[in-house]
Amino acid sequence: MFKMLADGTWDTLYMVLISTLLGYLIGLPLGTLLTVTDADGIRPNKVLYKILDIIINITRSIPFLILLILIMPFTKAIVGKSYGTTATIVPLTVAAAPLIARMVESSLKEVDKGVIEAAFSMGAGYFTIIWKVLVTEARTSLLVGVTIALGTILGYSAMAGVIGGGGLGDIAIRYGYYRYETGIMIVTVAVLVILMQILQWVGMLLSRQIDKRRKS
Amino acid sequence: MSENKKEEIIKVNHITKRYDDNSVLEDFSLSVYEGEVVVIVGPSGCGKSTILRIMNGLEPIQKGEVTYRGEKVDGKLGSITRIREKVGMVFQSYELFPHKTILQNVMLAPVLVQKRDKKEVKEEALQLLARVGLAEKKDSYPRQLSGGQKQRVAIVRALCMHPEVLLFDEVTAALDPEMVREVLEVILSLAKEGKTMVIVTHEMAFAEAIADRVIFLDAGQIEEEGTAEEFFRHPKSERAKQFLNSFTYEKK
Ligand SMILES: Nc1ncnc2c1ncn2[C@@H]1O[C@H](COP(=O)(O)OP(=O)(O)OP(=O)(O)O)[C@@H](O)[C@H]1O
Ligand SMILES: [Mg+2]
Repeated sequence: MFKMLADGTWDTLYMVLISTLLGYLIGLPLGTLLTVTDADGIRPNKVLYKILDIIINITRSIPFLILLILIMPFTKAIVGKSYGTTATIVPLTVAAAPLIARMVESSLKEVDKGVIEAAFSMGAGYFTIIWKVLVTEARTSLLVGVTIALGTILGYSAMAGVIGGGGLGDIAIRYGYYRYETGIMIVTVAVLVILMQILQWVGMLLSRQIDKRRKS
Repeated sequence: MSENKKEEIIKVNHITKRYDDNSVLEDFSLSVYEGEVVVIVGPSGCGKSTILRIMNGLEPIQKGEVTYRGEKVDGKLGSITRIREKVGMVFQSYELFPHKTILQNVMLAPVLVQKRDKKEVKEEALQLLARVGLAEKKDSYPRQLSGGQKQRVAIVRALCMHPEVLLFDEVTAALDPEMVREVLEVILSLAKEGKTMVIVTHEMAFAEAIADRVIFLDAGQIEEEGTAEEFFRHPKSERAKQFLNSFTYEKK
């Protein structure tokens, strides 16, 4: 049983980390684009903003379990099968990307307009402003976002257990729901709780470290 | 006057500036010549900040044009950024990057925008910081500095770009009275060096001491213009007299 739990934990971490990473690969540029093209952004573009906005809203309003089933053909086309840990990364990423885009957007929008203007006044171009001002200045908030994203994806990954998604959620459902082995289920859930706690703790610690605005 | 021989650096030519339907500047013109210190004064909301922002390409205009050494600044970013490198601006609320050290704040634009050599920029940045008495703060973050110190860093940050014109928008308005002087001294020393500057301020004694030319603005119009002596000692218009009186107090 210990081996099973260890494997499950490993599978869960694998799914969560990879899909969050992939989610950021899509969500970070997307969130940046949202910030830049919004009406009070540095390069407003109503049409582009609206299109991205709608796509993200639609994806985000589909419940994860439905999304999981909805994109099964897509998952199968990419991974070759629709169950197991690697396959679960696909729906997890699809769910993570828009969530991450929104969080990135809200983080970047916290950056003081005056500071952005000062950068413009020094002749900085869009690229410099995005990377050296927006992203750098919002990094505390962005990191808090990473923590929240990881936590949410962890929750989603457990849900994927319903369709044999692998990992801790899978174990909890198989033993607790189908075989009435409540003990194993409780232990599994406990491991999930601990993972979440560690995640939150490390995330907050790191973000406090890099926050230069705080009075020490 | 010798000014006529000097080269015109910035020329704001018959511009109109509106915010939505609210017209702030109508057919407004102002030239800044090499080596002169122009001080713009006037009541709140008359358009002083707007003029500085237009000179730095931060505000779109509806009519007229802005030229920089004869080159027209059009709406294209390439043209605007080229001019912005030459025009340094210091803001009322400093606008330092909170997550960057003092040195990083100063070095950012020379390195990333002007693509200058990092080592050379660092050397110059340290020299400039030393000049304003902040050498030992190079590795601090903005939050660790007082308002006056932050504003001196902001001035250094502008100077490190080697601007041909410096724009100051009420740079002491957010400061505690005892910090005003340390910032104004820095600006005075720049004037002595012959730097070209456009200064918006409510510090009348400072304006009188530093200005080669005073522009009195009222409701987006130049109401009166003259040397510091002319404007402060012998104001011609009623509005200017009234405005200057508002800075003096009488015991009733
Ligand atoms: N972003 C804006 N949108 C709409 N109106 C604006 C905006 N910025 C300035 N204005 C208006 O333009 C006019 C001139 O503003 P400006 O900031 O240039 O005045 P100012 O002379 O600098 O005043 P102060 O001494 O208070 O700084 C004011 O009436 C102001 O309300
Ligand atoms: Mg102003």
